[in-house]
Amino acid sequence: MIIYGVALLSICTLAGLFVGDLLGVLLGVPSNVGGVGIAMILLIFGGGYLSKRGLLAGKTEQGIEFWSAIYIPIVVAMAAQQNVVGALSSGPVAILAGLLAVGLSFAMVPVLDKLGRPDAAVEKKSHEPGTAAQATATATVQR
Amino acid sequence: MITETLTKVLTSYGLISGFAVIGATMWVSYWISAKFTKGRLHGSAIAILLGLVLSYVGGLYSGGQKGLVDIPLLSGIGILGGAMLRDFAIIATAFGVNPEELKRAGISGVISLAFGIFVSFIAGVSVALVFGYTDAVSLTTIGAGAVTYIVGPVTGAALGASSEVMALSIAAGLIKAMAVMVVTPFVAPLIGLNNPRSAVIFGGLMGTSSGVAAGLAATDPKLVPYGCLTAAFYTALGCLLGPSLLYFMMRGLFG
Repeated sequence: MIIYGVALLSICTLAGLFVGDLLGVLLGVPSNVGGVGIAMILLIFGGGYLSKRGLLAGKTEQGIEFWSAIYIPIVVAMAAQQNVVGALSSGPVAILAGLLAVGLSFAMVPVLDKLGRPDAAVEKKSHEPGTAAQATATATVQR
Repeated sequence: MITETLTKVLTSYGLISGFAVIGATMWVSYWISAKFTKGRLHGSAIAILLGLVLSYVGGLYSGGQKGLVDIPLLSGIGILGGAMLRDFAIIATAFGVNPEELKRAGISGVISLAFGIFVSFIAGVSVALVFGYTDAVSLTTIGAGAVTYIVGPVTGAALGASSEVMALSIAAGLIKAMAVMVVTPFVAPLIGLNNPRSAVIFGGLMGTSSGVAAGLAATDPKLVPYGCLTAAFYTALGCLLGPSLLYFMMRGLFG
């Protein structure tokens, strides 16, 4: 039954947000602490567990898949209610602060991606001269 | 008589009208994507851009703060794109996530969260310094705004910042969220944002839930749950660090 899937999703959502709110109160933070993330973890592992037991038959899964598929239109509806006018008319400090934060964060993605990779250390050793040459090349291009 | 009846139906069945309007927007966007970009620019990226443009137009027309939603006929979009259904749908995308991928990226996610808050905070503080803010409270509040538009006012309220600085910090966070929505699909190929691991890192670095949700949707919907999972912890961590560690750092540096 499709409603079983929707209900499972609802229970995970409510449980996650509840734990997130509780964590917020415990830590003294005036916001929900990772409620959505906790709910996602519940669904990933809870759903996986039920699926292995064969308790999530085709129709039940559809109840979750529908909401997963309607996600992009929901995000579009979210974009349509941002305070675009307010943000753009707030002046250069806010605009530059926001853009610089985004720019730096984008630049950090490949850095952290390389940093944490398990084989990075080995790779770095064997390619040391190459990497150095590459770095110089990039620096020249950037200039 | 006809307009009155139509208005009545559209407003009293707001959520349903929202489905119709957003459905039409999606259709137009995918048509533009196929016709003018040969599918190179994702239909969802165009739809999100269109949503922001419509929001701008709606804001100009109504003078309100909620874009298109302030137009009474379109208020149903507010329910469709509101926090409740948004979170519900984001959580639903987690169904089908590979737990192994997640475990492998877990530590990178935690590291990127910490880095992300510091990087955005420093960016905000630097810009505020350039524009002549020198007191620790204002610097911290504007920096926190560059973290997210929730961290900014939470921090500002805790520190007793002026309302002008609070407004700036909210605006900085809004600009960040919108920039992430719009720019991500274009930057993704340059920064290797094409696998679950980099999506986890991206979510932790950017942190703005709405920005990450829309940016990844426009890039590759498969990556959405990975990024949103780490981003879910970002605002809370920011609210925790803003009025405490980050403020103490600023007070130490600028008195």
